[in-house]
Amino acid sequence: MNAQPIHFKPTEGFRARSKAVVDNPFLRQSFRGAMDFLMSKRAAQFPDSEELESLRLLGEQIRQYNLGKLPELLVRLEENLTRNGVQVHWAETPDEANAIILGICQKHSAKLMVKGKSMVSEEIELNHAAEAAGIGALESDMGEYIVQLAHEKPSHIIMPAIHKTKEEIARLFAENVPGVEYTDNVDALIQIGRNVLRQKFLEADIGLSGVNFAVAETGTLCLVENEGNGRMCTTAPPVHIAITGIEKIVEKLEHVPPLLSLLTRSATGQNISTYFNMISSPRKPGEKDGPAEVHLVLLDNGRSQAYADEQLRKTLQCIRCGACMNHCPVYTRIGGHAYGTTYPGPIGKIISPHMLGLDATANMATASSLCGACGEVCPVRIPIPELLIRLREESASAPHANPSMRGQGAGHDGLTSAIWRAWAAVYSSPALYRTVSWLGSRLRGLTPRRQAGWTSVRTPIQPAPKRLRDMIKERN
Amino acid sequence: MSKPRTITPKPSDIYFFATCVVDQFFPGAGMDAITLLENQGIRVHFPEEQTCCGQPAYTSGFPDEARKVAALQLTLFPQDWPVVVPSGSCAGMMKHHYPTLFADDPVRKAQAEALSGRIYELTDFLVNVLDFKPEDHGQDCTVVLHTSCSARREMGVHLTGRKLIGDLAKVTLAQQDHESECCGFGGTFSVKQPEISAAMVEDKLKSLKATGAERVVSADCGCLMNILGHAAWKDKQEGRATPSLPGEHIASFLLRRTAQ
Repeated sequence: MNAQPIHFKPTEGFRARSKAVVDNPFLRQSFRGAMDFLMSKRAAQFPDSEELESLRLLGEQIRQYNLGKLPELLVRLEENLTRNGVQVHWAETPDEANAIILGICQKHSAKLMVKGKSMVSEEIELNHAAEAAGIGALESDMGEYIVQLAHEKPSHIIMPAIHKTKEEIARLFAENVPGVEYTDNVDALIQIGRNVLRQKFLEADIGLSGVNFAVAETGTLCLVENEGNGRMCTTAPPVHIAITGIEKIVEKLEHVPPLLSLLTRSATGQNISTYFNMISSPRKPGEKDGPAEVHLVLLDNGRSQAYADEQLRKTLQCIRCGACMNHCPVYTRIGGHAYGTTYPGPIGKIISPHMLGLDATANMATASSLCGACGEVCPVRIPIPELLIRLREESASAPHANPSMRGQGAGHDGLTSAIWRAWAAVYSSPALYRTVSWLGSRLRGLTPRRQAGWTSVRTPIQPAPKRLRDMIKERN
Repeated sequence: MSKPRTITPKPSDIYFFATCVVDQFFPGAGMDAITLLENQGIRVHFPEEQTCCGQPAYTSGFPDEARKVAALQLTLFPQDWPVVVPSGSCAGMMKHHYPTLFADDPVRKAQAEALSGRIYELTDFLVNVLDFKPEDHGQDCTVVLHTSCSARREMGVHLTGRKLIGDLAKVTLAQQDHESECCGFGGTFSVKQPEISAAMVEDKLKSLKATGAERVVSADCGCLMNILGHAAWKDKQEGRATPSLPGEHIASFLLRRTAQ
């Protein structure tokens, strides 16, 4: 009930959802303040631009190196995890991933699953599937817990409840947590959440987590977090299920520190996160804690489509820091929910089409001024603007056989294509351009007063009485 | 990002690629840029056959149409002279995207690569090639500078406009909040996502006005069209007869300030 149906089309209603936010001065101010804060935190972590650029270059190289060997590394990861006693499962679709996870739950007659923060679990809408199967799924990351109580989805991949004020959270807790009085004291609110969750960690049959880096050579799952809930989820319940996208893999342990440093500094402006968990096996004989069983679910969900194309593959370099969102003037204006996708913001625009198809996401790529702020801050140098242009092309071109993307041609429209062809005919012919631009200046009085969306907040565009070329001629 | 490159000695001739926006909508800015360059003792050549760099089609996802238009521009600059463009956005297209656009066409790719090295954004050319130090003959005034995203992030020339204005003795350069943020133009973005674009230009105008500057200058006419178009609309809405924030291309501003 707190999830959108999987076949939801994010582009439907996108403009209406965006408008609802930009017309709300309170939300506008609140997003601006939050993003300003996150931008300044990141900036403070990278005082030396040369160090930053060399680290970004290293991050890009590490990600590209590992993606280059992805098929081989996945096999090695599975071998090494299996040797360590971790059970590995492969899921091509969200439905398959849910079936695997629920199958494990049912085998253990599980009633309650506590979840650490995992965007992949949002991607497959696990909470929805678990509830339908009669299994409680409780979010234990504070932000995720808040959006779950509110029956919402995360609006940011790192700060899920960034759209909420402390007063809203206070009301939410007072109304939904038994025996809690209204308080908007942030420390008190956190204590309320922690008290609820602590009990649940002890009761839970299953702990679910995401994975930030999966190390192939050692068979290790790395988990970055700040609240300790990730460690609780992966150690307290008898069964731990980790889920991740197939791209989160690195070959060597030595690849982790630079990526980790880039991740925490870019995401929350922290030098290092409070917790960094490395999970290599279930509980061994003689160990005092840890789950008896550990599972890893590796999800494709469109990633192999991105992988197959040299340019689109760069999408998979992402380490999910969210810096592109924090620096995006569009995200800052409309917030995460307007996108309607699990992953909002610039990364959402380039990854969602692989997960949902271009037909469901065709116009997402148009929601960018191509300002380049995302590409500039991306810690692994994903050329996001270039990929947005590619997606526009894939969407606008006429449908053809063997497309590199599902839903290719979904945004194709004969009239628009004809307009661009006519435009190219004029602008590639000096004679035609001379005539058309001359007519434009002579007939400027006939320029329409209403020009689609442009004149909603601007005066109409009107050609000048004389073109530059006329002025040059007159002068000479 | 391009490193400033100095041609020595100072070129005697240059090509001027005006851009379609300047030719049709901001011809005064183009004329002023040409005059400013000529005042430095340079012969400015304006190839008559020039039209548009092709960026509108390119960024809209129509690379074939962009290629067709770009192919024409490739033929217009036969001499080995610098090509000066009064727009970071169009200069960025020609410098950085032409070589990719013609990746599958060896002849044109070679032409595009050769041209790429000769493309200069106007303020970059003035500062880093001509070492232009404007002598200020105007009255005291405060201006605010808006730098386009392409000039800043694609061309890496966000400091040159700042330097030129800084060199004007009687001009104070105001500092707006969120200076590096996009004005919301983005070509077809402003029409395809008018609500978001409107929110961005509203915020941009507020930031610019909050500085108390008398005018805004920019080296990109796309941004100016957006910002000034919104400013004029707002003035009209609020019943003001004179512009609350006039603006112009940096070439026009520099030319006026340096006029004897």
